[in-house]
Amino acid sequence: MNTDALANRIGERVSDVLVARGEVTAVVEREQLLEILTWLRDQPDLALDFLSSVTATHWPDADPAFWVDYELRSLSLKHRTRVKVGLSEGDARVPSVTPMFPTADWLERETFDFYGIVFDGHPDLTRIMLPDDWEGYPLRKDESLGGVPTWFRGATMPPVDERGMA
Amino acid sequence: MPAERFEGVHLGRTPEEVEDEVERGVLLTTMDRAVGWARKQSMWPATFGLACCAIEMMSSGAGQYDLSRWGMELFRASPRQADLLIVSGRVSQKMAPPLRRIYDQMPEPRWVIAMGVCASAGGMFTNYAIVQGVDTIVPVDVYVPGCPPKPEMLMFGILKLQQKVRTTEPFR
Amino acid sequence: MGEAPEITTARNGPAAGPAPFRDPATGELRQETMVINMGPQHPSTHGVLRLLLELDGETVIRCKPVIGYLHTGIEKNTEYRTWMQGVTYVTRADYLSPFFNELAYCLGVERLLGVEAPERAALIRILVCELNRITSHLVWLATSGLELGAVSVMLYGFREREVIMEIFEAITGLRMNHAYIRIGGVVMDLPEEGPRRIRNLLDLLPGRIDEYETLLHDNPIWRERNEGVGVLTAEQALALGVTGPTLRASGVGADLRKDIPYGGYETFGFDVPVRTEGDAYARYVVRLAEMRESLKIARQALDRIGDTPGPVMIDDPKVGWPPRLSVGPDGIGNDPDYLRHIMEESMEALIHHFKMVTQGVEVPAGEVYTAVESPRGELGYLIVSDGGHRPYRVKIRDPSFVNLQALPAMIEGYLIADTVASVASLDPVLGGVDR
Repeated sequence: MNTDALANRIGERVSDVLVARGEVTAVVEREQLLEILTWLRDQPDLALDFLSSVTATHWPDADPAFWVDYELRSLSLKHRTRVKVGLSEGDARVPSVTPMFPTADWLERETFDFYGIVFDGHPDLTRIMLPDDWEGYPLRKDESLGGVPTWFRGATMPPVDERGMA
Repeated sequence: MPAERFEGVHLGRTPEEVEDEVERGVLLTTMDRAVGWARKQSMWPATFGLACCAIEMMSSGAGQYDLSRWGMELFRASPRQADLLIVSGRVSQKMAPPLRRIYDQMPEPRWVIAMGVCASAGGMFTNYAIVQGVDTIVPVDVYVPGCPPKPEMLMFGILKLQQKVRTTEPFR
Repeated sequence: MGEAPEITTARNGPAAGPAPFRDPATGELRQETMVINMGPQHPSTHGVLRLLLELDGETVIRCKPVIGYLHTGIEKNTEYRTWMQGVTYVTRADYLSPFFNELAYCLGVERLLGVEAPERAALIRILVCELNRITSHLVWLATSGLELGAVSVMLYGFREREVIMEIFEAITGLRMNHAYIRIGGVVMDLPEEGPRRIRNLLDLLPGRIDEYETLLHDNPIWRERNEGVGVLTAEQALALGVTGPTLRASGVGADLRKDIPYGGYETFGFDVPVRTEGDAYARYVVRLAEMRESLKIARQALDRIGDTPGPVMIDDPKVGWPPRLSVGPDGIGNDPDYLRHIMEESMEALIHHFKMVTQGVEVPAGEVYTAVESPRGELGYLIVSDGGHRPYRVKIRDPSFVNLQALPAMIEGYLIADTVASVASLDPVLGGVDR
């Protein structure tokens, strides 16, 4: 299905559908997420039954502050769609899609590890990339890059985020 | 390249050179030199390949750049049977305790080569996740820069280490 | 000599407690499972992968992979560097297929910019990517052979790989982690002797792949250790999000180069090998067949490159990487003509060069998800820009990360020796898993 037909078809169920750069993005509310994903999977002409990726982005001064991103793909009909859910800063919880897509298990753990977003209903939401006793969620925009100054003979070079270059 | 051609290596051949060595405080007996020669001939590396540099280390051990010319084709899986630790690749914060444990499990004499810039100084990853140089965790004998270093660069580093083992380490 | 001292042992002396192997109440032999730890430093786990295995004798009952021992923070680091510098970070994620990382990233950024690389650059990209697929599969074959005991396969695999590495070095300057594919094209054209060397390689490789097949295909030990081991059915694979040769060995012929083509693949003729058994042997057969298909594509690409002269970097001054590189007496560096142009002839060109190299491209705001078919599966990049000179978010959907989730389904119920064969047939690269 080409992008516009796909957008129209999804628009029958989801109100906020965007087409940009050849990609279809559907923005949904957190409460409708599982319902919409089930609908997208069950429609025979959409068949979006393969979850490629789950991740999040952090926009500290905006509301919603977190956008959780689900990349769906149809192996049989060979098209893609993105589903996004917006979350506000103090209420970063979203239902887990692991019961529907077992592949989301580690992907959601990684998103939790990096951003602190809690996925309700996840079988084992623990840190996966960082040591278990790490404090903080490093990929948030208010966390610094970290790292120590590099020492040369007679000079030091600060870590990348403190170098003051544009 | 035989070790004798490196500059600054004094083998104590002439009486003046022996006196120089005594003055510098490094005097090796014939026994030291013999044991050093034997040790450098067949060092057994422990398998500690972490990332991209590990692939270049495997290439060094493979057919084209053959490490077994220097007795090193036998990479021991158990650190208790190894005497050389080639830290090849980026060491993350989570991997640092196992690295120290492996180093502690190696019996003496043991040497460490930090292969690649990530192991030497953190490399391009000056961030929260990478240890900025394994010399903060284990004592390093030879640093081999490169991202990743070509097998020839690693071999040069190994030869430098062999020269060091042969000429400066007293027999304990 | 006096009397020998009395020595009491657990067998003949007072017992310090119940003997460890008999249940005190019933006297039956006690049986319990054992939890052992495989890794992170282990010769057979393909990198720093830690497996917590609960064993009943030699059979694996449960498995929990623990990852993160190579976490490098690449995604966070790209947010603090320019778009072009992102290529050098991203190329080190999955370090056995660096060209694929670069390709996916650059295709994504080019989509955000709304530009396309010149045709010659697109063909060169496909050529080096397919050669990279061959080297990645060679490393898989070499390390799998080594782990299962076929040590000579390791030497043969790396022997072929050296030939291709030298060609990469002639083209890009580096053996690994090349940073050759850049936003807008590739950074340098093929060297003069490049096409001839690649043609020699393409003539050499089919015979060598036949050698591997002769060695391993009907080898009874290879078959015993791989057939029926690590079986993954198609439903399991699809539910767990597995892609790549592992999925194709389980019967689902999904290949992004055919399904959602990118970068010009739709104009090339090749097949996608599929098997249905879903075990380690099927994956081996699929990967060897893929190597042959890659040779086909590489040959077509090389012929077409010969017929497509032109630039390899886009002309657009706001996007293209300004320096022209060439091979000089001390290696690859700035072309002397270009240097003379910016230093002596044109102040404007100097300023433009300076701005493009320090600040880089300015990418309009938006987000794209681009996926390529890497040797391990679907390698996807979600690239988010907020309109500046630096990426806002680069998410790497690495195939090994998702494929590794399938490991418990593959090894539970099998012997511990089969764990090694299963992990090897899954071909995880921990650099991609942990990034």
